[in-house]
Amino acid sequence: MPTLLDYRRRIRSVKSTQQITRAMKFVAAAKLRRAQEGVFAARPYAKEILRVLRSAAARMEAPANPLLERREEKKILVLLVTGDRSLAGAFNTNVLRHATEFIRAHHVEKIEMITVGRKGRDYFKKRGVNPLAEYIDVSASVNIEKAREIAKRVADLYISGEVDAVYAVYNEFKNVMVQNLRAAKLLPIDPAVVKQSPEGEAQLTDEPADQAKDLPTEAAAEGKTRLIDYIYEQPVEQIFAGLLPRYLESEIFRVLLESAAAEHAARMTAMDSATRNASDLIRKLTLQMNKIRQAAITTEIIEIVSGASSATS
Amino acid sequence: MATIPEKIELQVVTPAKHILSEDVQSVELPGKDGYLGILPGHAPLLTELGAGILTFSKGGETRSMVVIDGFAEVLPNRVIVLADESEKVEDIDASKARAELEKAQHELPGAGASEEDWERANAAIARATVRVQAAEKTGSPARELQPTR
Repeated sequence: MPTLLDYRRRIRSVKSTQQITRAMKFVAAAKLRRAQEGVFAARPYAKEILRVLRSAAARMEAPANPLLERREEKKILVLLVTGDRSLAGAFNTNVLRHATEFIRAHHVEKIEMITVGRKGRDYFKKRGVNPLAEYIDVSASVNIEKAREIAKRVADLYISGEVDAVYAVYNEFKNVMVQNLRAAKLLPIDPAVVKQSPEGEAQLTDEPADQAKDLPTEAAAEGKTRLIDYIYEQPVEQIFAGLLPRYLESEIFRVLLESAAAEHAARMTAMDSATRNASDLIRKLTLQMNKIRQAAITTEIIEIVSGASSATS
Repeated sequence: MATIPEKIELQVVTPAKHILSEDVQSVELPGKDGYLGILPGHAPLLTELGAGILTFSKGGETRSMVVIDGFAEVLPNRVIVLADESEKVEDIDASKARAELEKAQHELPGAGASEEDWERANAAIARATVRVQAAEKTGSPARELQPTR
């Protein structure tokens, strides 16, 4: 039977744990805000580069580039993005499980890995998988330089033919409560992405959109929006070849940003529920402690009363 | 005939940040093969950018910023700059830029091991040079600079 003092100690220890989890929650919330801003700040570039890429591709007869080249997927590279630290709920476990399932589902000659984050590296090293490259301490402050470095490594492996396809396995930030697990193909770049006629293709101002509506048959016959004739300062192929790696960079950058935001969100939620659990525990312990205290007082009173009554009788 | 728009919507974005969004009267871009002057109503154009200084004028005032590699799409009423790196001139740390230039120049002689290293060292010098020139801006307008690379 634990004594009163045991309960007091227990409560004090839970309280100090709660203080830590609460602090971690606030830190994660602040970092999440910054990470989210990062995700938003990266969107305009990603949107514009895709648009320019598509409009360049639409003007080429057969857009060709080593990064678009499709091969039979014999050797696959998995770019696994995890966190560096634990205490983020199921964040790391989920993505590791997803990666394992992904690897099991793909019966190919060889699967190579590149890991971002300590957790993924340690998990696969323990299982005898040596990543081709490992990047740690990325998620603390995601920057474009790191994304470029990774993109270059990935592109080199792909172009040299060492791998035939590259997938990114990561947590996508949906909202604070929800992280989506994704296994997205990075390379070869899907020609459909490039080929799709540019969304919201800029129109020439001297022919407003309502005028184009007058000629629906012509537009329909062409099957796509009217293309502007660009002046190309450099050959369009050269521009296209410069755009593709940057598109890859911005995709990898986005993956890193999303994963970082998802990690902070997961940590915040986990720490929030930990803090709440600690409160529940404290409440229960206090109740029990009070019960014992009361029981002790009651016993004492009974002893006094019965002692007094035996003395008087 | 085409009505010529009065101003250009200038957008400068880098992978990490939307740097600038302004309505301007004219823009000068550091194209890879030379500076390009853009006025409203310019024919659609797509170009690669080198390391250089982008200048734009707005209401009689001229402002400039550093742009390092990337692309620019020019439309009659819009200029979109997709820069690898970019910052406003007032955000450049002159002493840091100068230190970087010195470091880059110092590293160049030893970087001849491979062509790639050599190119990287040269690009570092180009970047640092542009930043130093932009930061100093002592009476040397951007147009006197030759775009590097």
